[in-house]
Amino acid sequence: MQSSFSPGAMLRRPEAGAFLGLLAVMIFFGIFGGLTFLQPAGMASWMNVASNLGVIAIPVGLLMIAGELDISVGAMVPFGAMTVAVISGHYGLPIWFGIAAALSFGVLIGLINGYMVIRTAVPSLIVTLGTLFAVQGVVLGLTVLITKSTSVALTTEGAAKTIFGDLFFHGQVQVMVLWWLAITATYIFFVHFSRFGNWIFAMGGDKVSARNAGIPTERMTILLFVLSSTSAAFVGMCQAILYNSAQVAGGQSFIFNAIISVVVGGVLLTGGFGSIVGIFFGTITFAIVNQGIYYTDFDRNWSSLIIGILLLVAVLMNNTFRKMALSYSPKKTGAK
Amino acid sequence: MSQAILSLKNINKSFGPIDVLHDINLEVRAGEVLCLLGDNGAGKSTVIRLLSGVHKPTSGVMAMDGKPVSFANPREAADHGIATVHQFGGTFPLMSVGRSFFVGREPTKWVGPFKVYDRKLANDTAVKAVQSFGITRIDDGDRLVGGLSGGERQALAIARAVHFGARVLILDEPTAALGVKQASHVLRIVNEAKRRGLAVIFITHQVMHAMAVGDHFAVLIRGAIAADFRKGEKTRDQITDLMAGGEQMAELEAEIESYMAAGEGHPEPAKHAH
Repeated sequence: MQSSFSPGAMLRRPEAGAFLGLLAVMIFFGIFGGLTFLQPAGMASWMNVASNLGVIAIPVGLLMIAGELDISVGAMVPFGAMTVAVISGHYGLPIWFGIAAALSFGVLIGLINGYMVIRTAVPSLIVTLGTLFAVQGVVLGLTVLITKSTSVALTTEGAAKTIFGDLFFHGQVQVMVLWWLAITATYIFFVHFSRFGNWIFAMGGDKVSARNAGIPTERMTILLFVLSSTSAAFVGMCQAILYNSAQVAGGQSFIFNAIISVVVGGVLLTGGFGSIVGIFFGTITFAIVNQGIYYTDFDRNWSSLIIGILLLVAVLMNNTFRKMALSYSPKKTGAK
Repeated sequence: MSQAILSLKNINKSFGPIDVLHDINLEVRAGEVLCLLGDNGAGKSTVIRLLSGVHKPTSGVMAMDGKPVSFANPREAADHGIATVHQFGGTFPLMSVGRSFFVGREPTKWVGPFKVYDRKLANDTAVKAVQSFGITRIDDGDRLVGGLSGGERQALAIARAVHFGARVLILDEPTAALGVKQASHVLRIVNEAKRRGLAVIFITHQVMHAMAVGDHFAVLIRGAIAADFRKGEKTRDQITDLMAGGEQMAELEAEIESYMAAGEGHPEPAKHAH
């Protein structure tokens, strides 16, 4: 970025592992599947997957940088989808009302998660495991109670369809891709170029010191939980508008896929280290493995094996790069 | 003699039914190092927490510049110019020197319509501040704090506190985890802080380190001040005895010696090079 541009400086950045992982995956699929995944149709397929995942993975990654974890996103995706489908599809109320309700529920669950984490000091994995199941129960129970079905249809027209759930570029690319790119750019600015990003890294590094330094750690924690669950509700809502229906199940895959994208992207599980660009690369890497398998002669069942190996290699690589970053000093000093 | 910057008068602290501190009287002046000595569990940490605003005293008066003060939280204590540096520097291992120096007070500049973190200013300021304490090996603000030695981290934390206008510096066991050479660096930095007119409260159980920098000593035993004396009034052995509980310790040692002499104990361990 600055004058320190050199191969060494590149490797010390948090996204180094993600970038190399992405290259490796591209070479792998280039050899076994040709370059189909770089042609328009191939690109559209992994970009659609990456965009939906990426919008959720970034706030999940930010929580991880801050030393927390949110797995309730797995229930927030169907919750967002079902809220808009029930309100605007089943009851036929205006679509904007359904959209507002879906996002409000995202904010509400985020507030509950964040508040419980700061008040009880229970690990956020457990707190959000609780809300994951609770929200799943609410979605299933209420949907069946209201609609007597586990699948609700929704037809959307006009501006809401264009903004949230349309396809463009010969009907291949979801509008979510544009959301994803815009949201990623916004996060990059706030996390790496404004002062708030520094607060998130400090919280993950040492929460007590961060609070003593005057950082409003509790408010930031709640804000990050609100971001992640609202983002998940947003993705669910957009999917319902895109596919014209919502199901009570589904969404759980987002939990692990988001965590894999974040970890492959170079975020340290225990917090304090990572980057948005890394998560962005991690998400693309995951999506290419997930979709690229279709363009090879391999059975698609093998994709999980590739993802598993990719995850382990990425973690080991990221550990090495982090050690390089830690031991780096500009001059050889000779002292230990 | 100048007025004390910070003083504690008849401070008591109890957590529920457990009395932790009894009638603590302490004061520290500008350009003076107060060494707070005591064994583990003597109440040193509680004194630090009172001073740094984590806890409030149950009774007694805490005063700054002669005026009573009460801190609702650590931030208020910091606003009054009280800075606490913990054993490991209280810094963030995976953040850069510049970023961790300015945590919570990041400098920003306007780039077009955006207010962005001023990395260059932060790095330059941090490096200059640390170097002014004699740590010249830190010359790149982009280095990660985790790559610094223990002494350098302490220096960074102390330089940070001084830069942001601390008047009272509380050092919690700054030398406990350090080797001899690193510890001597930290002691030199303590002297530099003293020279700049800060009041330093130096918490330790290493008597040698305390004697190297201290002007005023207080020994804490079971939550009370067992001794309060100035530089040169007591020898190292006397202080060690005091910290360990005085006569009780001497008696115990005698008992062990007679036990060993009678051959009932284990064979004498091999002498380790220390």
